[in-house]
Amino acid sequence: MTGTLVTSKVNGDEVQFIADPGETLLDVLRYKLNLMGAKEGCGTGDCGACTVTLNGRIVCSCLVLGVEAEGATIGTIEGMADGNRLHPLQQAFIDHAALQCGICTPGILVAAQKLLERNPDPTEEEIRYWLAGNLCRCTGYDKIVRAVQAAAAQMRA
Amino acid sequence: MRYARPETPAEASRLLAAEPGLARVMAGGTDLLVQLKSGLVEPDLIVDIKHLPGAAMITREAGGFRIGAAVPNQALGEDRDLVAAWPGVVEAASLIGSTQVQGRATIAGNLCNASPAGDSVPALVAAGAVARVTGPNGERDVPVQQIPTGPGKTSLARGEFITSILLPARPARAADAYLRFIPRTEMDIAVCSAAVNLELDGKGVVARARVALGAVAATVLEVDVSAALVGTRLDDAALDKLAKAASAAAKPISDKRGTVEFRTHVVGVLARRAARIAYERAAR
Ligand SMILES: Cc1cc2nc3c(=O)[nH]c(=O)nc-3n(C[C@H](O)[C@H](O)[C@H](O)COP(=O)(O)OP(=O)(O)OC[C@H]3O[C@@H](n4cnc5c(N)ncnc54)[C@H](O)[C@@H]3O)c2cc1C
Ligand code: FES
Ligand code: FES
Repeated sequence: MTGTLVTSKVNGDEVQFIADPGETLLDVLRYKLNLMGAKEGCGTGDCGACTVTLNGRIVCSCLVLGVEAEGATIGTIEGMADGNRLHPLQQAFIDHAALQCGICTPGILVAAQKLLERNPDPTEEEIRYWLAGNLCRCTGYDKIVRAVQAAAAQMRA
Repeated sequence: MRYARPETPAEASRLLAAEPGLARVMAGGTDLLVQLKSGLVEPDLIVDIKHLPGAAMITREAGGFRIGAAVPNQALGEDRDLVAAWPGVVEAASLIGSTQVQGRATIAGNLCNASPAGDSVPALVAAGAVARVTGPNGERDVPVQQIPTGPGKTSLARGEFITSILLPARPARAADAYLRFIPRTEMDIAVCSAAVNLELDGKGVVARARVALGAVAATVLEVDVSAALVGTRLDDAALDKLAKAASAAAKPISDKRGTVEFRTHVVGVLARRAARIAYERAAR
């Protein structure tokens, strides 16, 4: 199987990689670009652990082919903090104990960041619906919702 | 497996037609990649149609909306005019999957995947949507209900694919609505569903009505409800007739999601409730 040379922008940097046509963007990110933040929970679009942004929308990177990323702009959890300064969402997740094992966390943070970009003051219901595709087997979701609310309040201030 | 990203519809159709093995169109890939991973389909060629001209655009056409085959469902909800004109189609498309799925999934993909439970399909049928099909013999316009022919099967010929779907212009007092039954509130497949599209006259009397049901037959089911609804103000008697007509038309199967009896009953309830919502929206 011959690979295709793909050029895209990941977290602001231009990157190039060779992708097999059947390879997912998630596998490319993890094993070719060494960005291990996005996780594979299910591989079928159900859990959201692999969430990244693709041309401004959040997607399951397990349901995107690496070759589709040609010319695309991608954002992953690795691009969220500003150097050593955590994003308010990241800090709020720590402060509110909104994670335990952490498998779901990168996907939830990327998804929540997009929500707050579109809606700086979401209701609890809006947060829960927006994050319905991000499964967490540890926290029971409540702390996640509180953390997103806290970060939103801080970012509005 | 090979991957192609054609830049014109003609090139896409030529690639699809010329492939000696199995060729598959990819829009959002939210069905296709799941099927690929599970080994359900093993395509030799994937033709990505997201980069065809206009594929990712919603354009105004003769008072209606032409939705490119690569427009993700999330973008439908971002178009205020579209939401105002076709609230039922948009709510149906918006029910598909999570926010992440919404960023990729398309209505054309939902239609061509040809699941009897595809959420946007009944709404598109009730709306009288028309698919524009490109193929080796040029272009043709096809009413959406003629696309799926059975679970996983479509009427599209070799080399043919949908480039866009047209939602027609709306008279002033018209609206649609879509409801599905699922045991949870999000991320599930419809046990059954109903879409209702109503046009009212100046006095609030139903002038035209179209109803389509999902997951109660091998394909989406359009039910002629003119006798029940036209000429009424959607009083209880009219709604009773509608629910009866919907239940009578349903030919569901029993599976883990629901029994024949349950689906038959609930689809009538959903049709009735969706009609109420459509009426209230139209009368506003
Ligand atoms: C987690 C998850 C949840 C989901 N929830 C729902 C749900 O609630 N309701 C629901 O209805 N569906 C659901 N789906 C299924 C899927 O998201 C939808 O059917 C979606 O609309 C498919 O669109 P797509 O653009 O991703 O299609 P693709 O996967 O790209 O294509 C689907 C099929 O249609 C063909 N096709 C696509 N576009 C065209 C075209 N323009 N012309 C000809 N053939 C074409 C493809 O070859 C393929 O066979 C879910 C999927 C996932 C992963
Ligand atoms: S790994 Fe992609 S959604 Fe679960
Ligand atoms: S913290 Fe373990 S899955 Fe969410």
